[in-house]
Amino acid sequence: MANKYWESVRVMLGGEPRKAQPAEYTEEAKTIHFYKKSEKQDFGALKLEAREHQKKKYWLKRRWIVLLSINLLFTVSYWFDIQILEGALTASRMLGFHLIDLNSALQVMLAHKHIIVNLFIGTGTVFVLWLLLGGRTFCSWACPYHFLAENAERLHVYLVEKKKVTDHTFHRGVRTVFWALFALMAFVTGYTVFETLSPVGIVSRALIYGPGLALGWVVLLLLFEVFYSRRAWCRYICPIGLTYGFVGVFSPLHVTYRLANCHHEGECRKVCEVPHVLDCIIKGRAPEAQLDIGADCTRCGMCVDVCPSGALQFEIKGLRKIM
Amino acid sequence: MADESKPKAPAPSGIINKRKLEERRRFLRSIILGAAVLGISTLGYIPVASAWRVRMRPPGALEEPDFLSSCIKCGQCVQVCPVQAIKLDDIDHGFGVGVPHIVSREQACDFSCDAVQCILACPTGALVYKKPAFMPLRGEMRVANPPILIAKEKDPEPTLNLMERTGLARLARPDACLAVQGKGFKGQARGADFKGKMRFIEVDRWKPIPLRDHPFDLPLCDLCVRTCPIRGAISLQEVVGKDGVRRMTPTVHEPCLGCGVCEMICPVEPAAIVVDARKGWVA
Repeated sequence: MANKYWESVRVMLGGEPRKAQPAEYTEEAKTIHFYKKSEKQDFGALKLEAREHQKKKYWLKRRWIVLLSINLLFTVSYWFDIQILEGALTASRMLGFHLIDLNSALQVMLAHKHIIVNLFIGTGTVFVLWLLLGGRTFCSWACPYHFLAENAERLHVYLVEKKKVTDHTFHRGVRTVFWALFALMAFVTGYTVFETLSPVGIVSRALIYGPGLALGWVVLLLLFEVFYSRRAWCRYICPIGLTYGFVGVFSPLHVTYRLANCHHEGECRKVCEVPHVLDCIIKGRAPEAQLDIGADCTRCGMCVDVCPSGALQFEIKGLRKIM
Repeated sequence: MADESKPKAPAPSGIINKRKLEERRRFLRSIILGAAVLGISTLGYIPVASAWRVRMRPPGALEEPDFLSSCIKCGQCVQVCPVQAIKLDDIDHGFGVGVPHIVSREQACDFSCDAVQCILACPTGALVYKKPAFMPLRGEMRVANPPILIAKEKDPEPTLNLMERTGLARLARPDACLAVQGKGFKGQARGADFKGKMRFIEVDRWKPIPLRDHPFDLPLCDLCVRTCPIRGAISLQEVVGKDGVRRMTPTVHEPCLGCGVCEMICPVEPAAIVVDARKGWVA
């Protein structure tokens, strides 16, 4: 099964999802595919039915509440001096316990080449936390830039529908290149240059310490995403996402896909920030009756929300066997 | 030029070409994106390139290059400071986005936290009580003896847990200094609009108050000397000028940590006494 993890990392780094070989299909999957072939389904009617049965923003609401609570807790802690969550998203103390963003920590370690105990403790804690919670869960459930980009994305999708703009995609591999380059620059020049560009840090600090000119950079990024390329920062640039992606490879919390329930109308891929992880939902692709969605998935739950037939669900690994 | 007998032949190749063309375009776009992001990221090096500009960092800061490499830009030092002396920089000063610094004239560090809380809060070791052995240390930045904090002089442990200065005070404009001129001072040190705070041990040991709420009435101005938080860092000395006249002059001594209180409280505009950030003691 190591193969499955390797494939999920390969796709995350920018590789195209591989189609399964005929030999890789399990008997169960083959049977389901066979019956699906013989069923003649009215695609239009299915779509209508799908739209009707969508759980209206069930996970979206929960996620936004969590995301805003985390970020506003920083603000409230500082402004009212209640000292629950001090610092910013890059590094903080929750009730005195150090928490440090993994990518910022990596940049500082590479640039400074000296790790003090607090840095180690904070990084370790956050590593374990996001390992349990799914790695890129950070992106959709905690990152304040994600929240802005998500809403910019709505505008972008609307404009694309109205044929005012077109989406320009990039090769997803550039994110891997950026990750390596920013790490290399930190190591060679001894300066955490990504931290000066990171809209995550800028937005987080602006929420806590007040807005500054640096927000202009964030606005430019959002405009780029609205008018030129959908979710460009998160999809093609952000090394933070990739760092958390690595953490989440073996995470027990993920979205799981049940072939038998799927109607293949593809609503999930339309709302997904990282549609390449949902390649298996294309008719005939899934080699197994149940599949776990890959490491690049941000566990945002949009696909779970739009799936009309419950084929996509959140799951905690191991719990399936126990229950 | 469609051939009627073979209507389907050109179509698939056309599709393939279109896909290839789009792939080629995407590849080019990706290269341009890469170049653009790298180009923009060089702007991020402005703070490093302008590191020769001296900046006042919080107490215990590493030397500038090490400080820039280790600061994680979280602002925890900002949050714990009881007088809000520490500010995070924006993009317009070139000090580094989100990197802390102090403008002493507006709000100096007066050690009213007693324990240099900002160092305690720093998660990455950009601010430290004691530098790691392998890090460069300029001898003149170290103070000879543990600094005695006047506010807790009667405590069993009266010293600050800090053995390095952030800078050094200097009487920059002796002619403007009220003490040198033999003048007194009456009223609010920096006027009614000044927002800076300070801890006065005789008012409240733990709570800093706005400077404007603590007016003075002095026959001879010695504000910098009487508000200095460190024992023996500054005193009024009789100095014989070039014209042979003896004048009381604020004189900085070796224990000075460069906290900037003297610069903040100096009532003349601009301040007669200033702190040179990152400057060490040379006998």
